[in-house]
Amino acid sequence: MTRPTPETLAHSARRARAGAEPATDAAATGRAAAVPAAPAVRQPEPVQLSGAGSLVRSLEALGVDVVFGIPGGAILPAYDPLYDSTVRHILVRHEQGAGHAATGYAQATGRVGVCMATSGPGATNLVTPIADAYMDSVPMVAITGQVARPSIGTDAFQEADIQGITLPITKHNFLVQTAEEIPRVLAEAFHLASTGRPGPVLVDIPKDVLQAQTTFSWPPTLDLPGYRPTLHPHGKQIREAARLMTSARRPVLYVGGGVLKAGATEGLRRLAELTGIPVVTTLMALGAFPDSHRQHLGMPGMHGTVAAVYGLQKADLIVALGARFDDRVTGKLDSFAPDATVVHADIDPAEIGKNRHADVPIVGDAKHVIEELIAAVTTERAAGRPADLGDWWTQLDDLRERYPLGYEEPADGTLSPQYVIERLGKIAGPDAVYVAGVGQHQMWASQFISYEKPGTWLNSGGLGTMGYAVPAAMGAKVGRPDTVVWAIDGDGCFQMTNQELATCALEGIPVKIAVINNGNLGMVRQWQTLFYNERYSNTELGTHKHRIPDFVKLGEALGCVGLRCENAADVDKTIEAAMAINDAPVVIDFVVGKDAMVWPMVAAGTSNDEIMFARGVRPAFDEDDI
Amino acid sequence: MTMHTLSVLVENKPGVLARVSGLFSRRGFNIDSLAVGETENPDVSRITIVVNAESSPLEQVTKQLNKLVNVLKIVELDPQVSVARELLLVKVRADRAARSQVLETVNLFRARVVDVAPDTLTIEATGTPDKLDALLRDLEPYGIKEMVQSGTVAIGRGSRSITAGPALRAA
Repeated sequence: MTRPTPETLAHSARRARAGAEPATDAAATGRAAAVPAAPAVRQPEPVQLSGAGSLVRSLEALGVDVVFGIPGGAILPAYDPLYDSTVRHILVRHEQGAGHAATGYAQATGRVGVCMATSGPGATNLVTPIADAYMDSVPMVAITGQVARPSIGTDAFQEADIQGITLPITKHNFLVQTAEEIPRVLAEAFHLASTGRPGPVLVDIPKDVLQAQTTFSWPPTLDLPGYRPTLHPHGKQIREAARLMTSARRPVLYVGGGVLKAGATEGLRRLAELTGIPVVTTLMALGAFPDSHRQHLGMPGMHGTVAAVYGLQKADLIVALGARFDDRVTGKLDSFAPDATVVHADIDPAEIGKNRHADVPIVGDAKHVIEELIAAVTTERAAGRPADLGDWWTQLDDLRERYPLGYEEPADGTLSPQYVIERLGKIAGPDAVYVAGVGQHQMWASQFISYEKPGTWLNSGGLGTMGYAVPAAMGAKVGRPDTVVWAIDGDGCFQMTNQELATCALEGIPVKIAVINNGNLGMVRQWQTLFYNERYSNTELGTHKHRIPDFVKLGEALGCVGLRCENAADVDKTIEAAMAINDAPVVIDFVVGKDAMVWPMVAAGTSNDEIMFARGVRPAFDEDDI
Repeated sequence: MTMHTLSVLVENKPGVLARVSGLFSRRGFNIDSLAVGETENPDVSRITIVVNAESSPLEQVTKQLNKLVNVLKIVELDPQVSVARELLLVKVRADRAARSQVLETVNLFRARVVDVAPDTLTIEATGTPDKLDALLRDLEPYGIKEMVQSGTVAIGRGSRSITAGPALRAA
């Protein structure tokens, strides 16, 4: 086993250089907290520099501390001033890694994540992380080089119309036309990415624009006449919602990722405790409400808890806060929560009524919505006698007791993946950040780790991007270097993006990777087991049978510490060994059984009423309840 | 399904039409007709879109359109209180024998002849889609050699203007 010292030479050398040459201007020294809309740095006197210099100065003025990227022909001019900048550039191994790292950074810190790539293939390699950030509303700015303006449209070398390609997957995008507009476009990009419903914004800059001489002054004036997000909810709608919340007999608070993004978790807790209403948190909202809280029913949806799925299904009032009635939550839409009146609060008006009709639509930032709901509910409760939720809680508690989350030990004596994840959560605790890939391990990580705090659970929810975990964990660790960051990955996912562990090793980013290695594309295999007569077409990966690749050796080759664990007795000490290593990334190959399945499950396209607690076991609640 | 006429005021910038039309196709809407042009404010363009849709999906697409950063304002024009016009250019076979009858039809519809050739007339007509359909029906027997039609442009009746308002002044 090798124990490489992290080689942070490139970075520390750059830091030393930055220190040796005192910064010569206000922008370099005055880098303050990132408030993209109102940048702290003032540079009212225009200075002469190149478009590339203007770009880097803009990033500094916007408070960017780190950019993930790879240089190449068209973006090369930008890398020259970046060499002297206070902005740290982390050289990744694949642009997809840069994009997910920016997302992980943003999700862990709440600040805008920034990635950079060259034109053509560099830019197209960012497409997956941009789409991922779009689906999960992550504030990200992607900066790409473009071929020089006279070459645009000529099929020039490394030309791709990345603005056109990313039209449907960005909140907005820009093709910069002149060097003069660089500061304004950057400021607009950061403002758009981080306000309203957050999302990715792409800024494509032709090479000749980067090379042109221009002047730089800060702050620029934003010119976004068509962009006016509604933050404050309408008082009448709030009062109506509060009236329903105090009179409903079977209400549920359906909490989505918007509550985390709005920083409204503390308010949510007060609202929940004030009303006594049961809470469900979606996959994107884990950590928004403590899992250990008595009022928390768990996660709803395809692999949600029986109590959460049933709670929504039988509710007479659903109060959706920053959630979007995704198909993984509603199951077959026609039969979702048939008796529920819906209060739907979201900052994006287009989400309201998109999938499910909203009886009380509320457009606003979750933080304001929740604060105003608290005030209105307080008034309402003072005026009348709130409905008694005793019967509702009795039913829900009964379901929680009869159908708790759990798993069976594999009959073949193999290591149980759920056990590994459960122990990891216990040992690393509620302060660690957990980053999952996509598949069975992701669902188990959502089920068997207790999330108590916001920003401790990162995953690719909407797009379901395999390969998200390693680079996103890297980004999270860069953003929160003092926090323990665990990636929980599958053997399939891990093989898509593990090259970024080389970046982590060289840049001094000691993430920990738990590869839940079942030798298969586990979730696909589960569907083959259930819906394709156990015909396992192309789901076996050979990481068990042939040990190709050997994840311990692979981890070591990438500059990490490699560990392996194959039985339950070694789980704790392997995790503890990894926890003790803080000077290098760690990869643990947890060799687990391949037959474990994720339960409960609502099969795709079926009604939530058809939830299966385990294979062949349907909870009995239609007849005896309500 | 019913026809809806949307007036979409957008920033006059490159690529905005692609954003708007792309959104319609992406969300599964067929655009029946589309017309774009500058407004009295050169920084603002006006896109008139006629779309055939139920009202609830139309609301969704309108909300999605509103999310486009370059879109300033969207107004659905009520056919009862707005004026909608299309432009038609049509080349009709009209030899000596038929010419006077064709010209009679042209006059009946208050259309104009804009080009004359030995065996054809090229006719310009504006009007509502219904009127132009009727004109075409009348011309069809003579033989339509070629035709081109603009998208609908529409404007509300009365003195109120949809281009007034703080957002648009800022543009």
